[in-house]
Amino acid sequence: MQPGVDYASCRDLIDGRYLDSLTILALVAELEEEFDVTIPTVEIVPANFNSAEAMWAMIERLQEES
Amino acid sequence: MASYCSLLYAGVFLPAVVLCYAVTPQRHRGKVLLAASYLFFWLVSGKLVVFLLASAFSLHHFGLWLAAVQEERGRLLAAADKPERKAIKAAFQRRLRRILLFALLLHIGTLLTLKYAAFFSANLNRALEAFRLPFALPVPAFVLPIGISFYTLQAASYLIDVYRGTVQADRNPGRLMLFLGFFPQIMEGPICRYGQTAQALWEGRPFTWHDLTFGMQRILFGMMKKIVIADRLNILIKGVFSNPAAYDGGITALAMVCYTCQLYMEFSGTMDVVIGSAEIFGVRLPENFRQPFFSKSIAEFWMRWHITLGTWFKDYIFYPLSMSGPLKKLTGAARRRLGNHFGPLLAGSAALLAVWLCNGLWHGAGWQYIFFGLYHFALILCGSLTEPLARRVAGALHIDRSAAPYRVFRILRTGLLVCVGELFFRAEGLRAGLSMFRRMVTGFTLRPFTNGAFLELGMDGHDFFIVAVAVLIVLAVGVLRERGVPLREALGRQHIAVRWSVYYAAILFVVIFGAYGVGYVPVDPIYAAF
Repeated sequence: MQPGVDYASCRDLIDGRYLDSLTILALVAELEEEFDVTIPTVEIVPANFNSAEAMWAMIERLQEES
Repeated sequence: MASYCSLLYAGVFLPAVVLCYAVTPQRHRGKVLLAASYLFFWLVSGKLVVFLLASAFSLHHFGLWLAAVQEERGRLLAAADKPERKAIKAAFQRRLRRILLFALLLHIGTLLTLKYAAFFSANLNRALEAFRLPFALPVPAFVLPIGISFYTLQAASYLIDVYRGTVQADRNPGRLMLFLGFFPQIMEGPICRYGQTAQALWEGRPFTWHDLTFGMQRILFGMMKKIVIADRLNILIKGVFSNPAAYDGGITALAMVCYTCQLYMEFSGTMDVVIGSAEIFGVRLPENFRQPFFSKSIAEFWMRWHITLGTWFKDYIFYPLSMSGPLKKLTGAARRRLGNHFGPLLAGSAALLAVWLCNGLWHGAGWQYIFFGLYHFALILCGSLTEPLARRVAGALHIDRSAAPYRVFRILRTGLLVCVGELFFRAEGLRAGLSMFRRMVTGFTLRPFTNGAFLELGMDGHDFFIVAVAVLIVLAVGVLRERGVPLREALGRQHIAVRWSVYYAAILFVVIFGAYGVGYVPVDPIYAAF
């Protein structure tokens, strides 16, 4: 994670290149463990990871689907 | 018509297609582009056009096959009880995966055979000889259809996207053929995804004065990079790299920097011409470069250089591998033991290694390309491993990492590492690259620059001055883009007299200072050879 970035309110985490691919791997592992969901590869798109809100929406959707 | 910067393309072929496009009713414009694209491929590659046609035909067929199986799965799932659904899903998943694998084997297998069979056979024969075994494989000499490395990746991305359900299989073969073979991008990319360009190309966009002028602006800028800079540097680069033993460390270092500059100007210049050509037809192709020499690390460099290749590898190799069952388990276990930085890094590095091996090999069948890929893998891995330490050291020494001097240091360091990688990339074999690198490190002196020896390599002071001015123009445009200044729009808003003065000045600059005619050998499209 980069210092000086407000991850809670940032809305372009991917497009603004604040999250690199290795950080996304760590994040996916953390989200899967915390919320007991499986995040498939097709879900790793900027729209799902650009903000904390988008990630939450994806988790809710995946929880519903499972 | 060997290059997009040739007079035949920019002065004859493209204007002829633009004219046909403009006078054709909008609903038939896609067909104009389709006919032009396959004519273009035939003009460049002759009968090898059959490879592109076969690829498009197979893509259409496999897409529909996947769609039919997905529809069948949908019907069965709708009629099934909840307990049965899991088994149906698993059975269909296996079936879809088999179809996808078969399709990918056909497409990627063709590429692998044509591109790597000779390399594989020659190396195997060398190994057999070393073990004194009396066998030898024939070394085939296939002719590669131009752009096969690009259109095969586009084809694979379409198949995987249909399999994943992120795009619908296309029933229209014409649209699919155009997506695969659109003439401005067929030789050197950018590598587009079906969802990005297929529909926009086929539906035929309105022909506007804005798109025409903006497209031409971009083409002109690309031509400047290619003809004024890349072509002018060619004589020096060819001379040094074809006979490296004749030159000392200083000249080798100069050739290395010149080649890095040439590669960027040639490839990004061609991309400007390609994207500008598509813009004339109202189609926005994805960008392939974003001021790569402003990068502060190698990882960032590859997010700014050949972007569409990087994202292709990320989406279709890195994530599927690192999110596969075994590596996911490894990530979880490593996170618990090593923490959130080093844990995912351990698992991610296995996927990263696969990506960089593929990246190296994609560029060509040669050990120097494999070395090139592994070199960048090692640098990216080192950067990630040492990042926490670098932060701690900077904190202890009270170095502000966001301050301009430190940023400049990181940019220069990244630039140097990139140049070294390109030295191996351009060298005629890995052994030649290693010997040039050794000479540069152990025998570097400034003597060739003080005694004027660097002016005896086919470029005189006048040539260096022109290149320097053109590079400064590109640099200034890069700085403005980095700062988010919409340069083209700003120019477009100027008074007509100012606008056309700039355009004429740019045209004259290319015509007067372009390196063409007697005494110059234009550089061949570098990426088209991959």
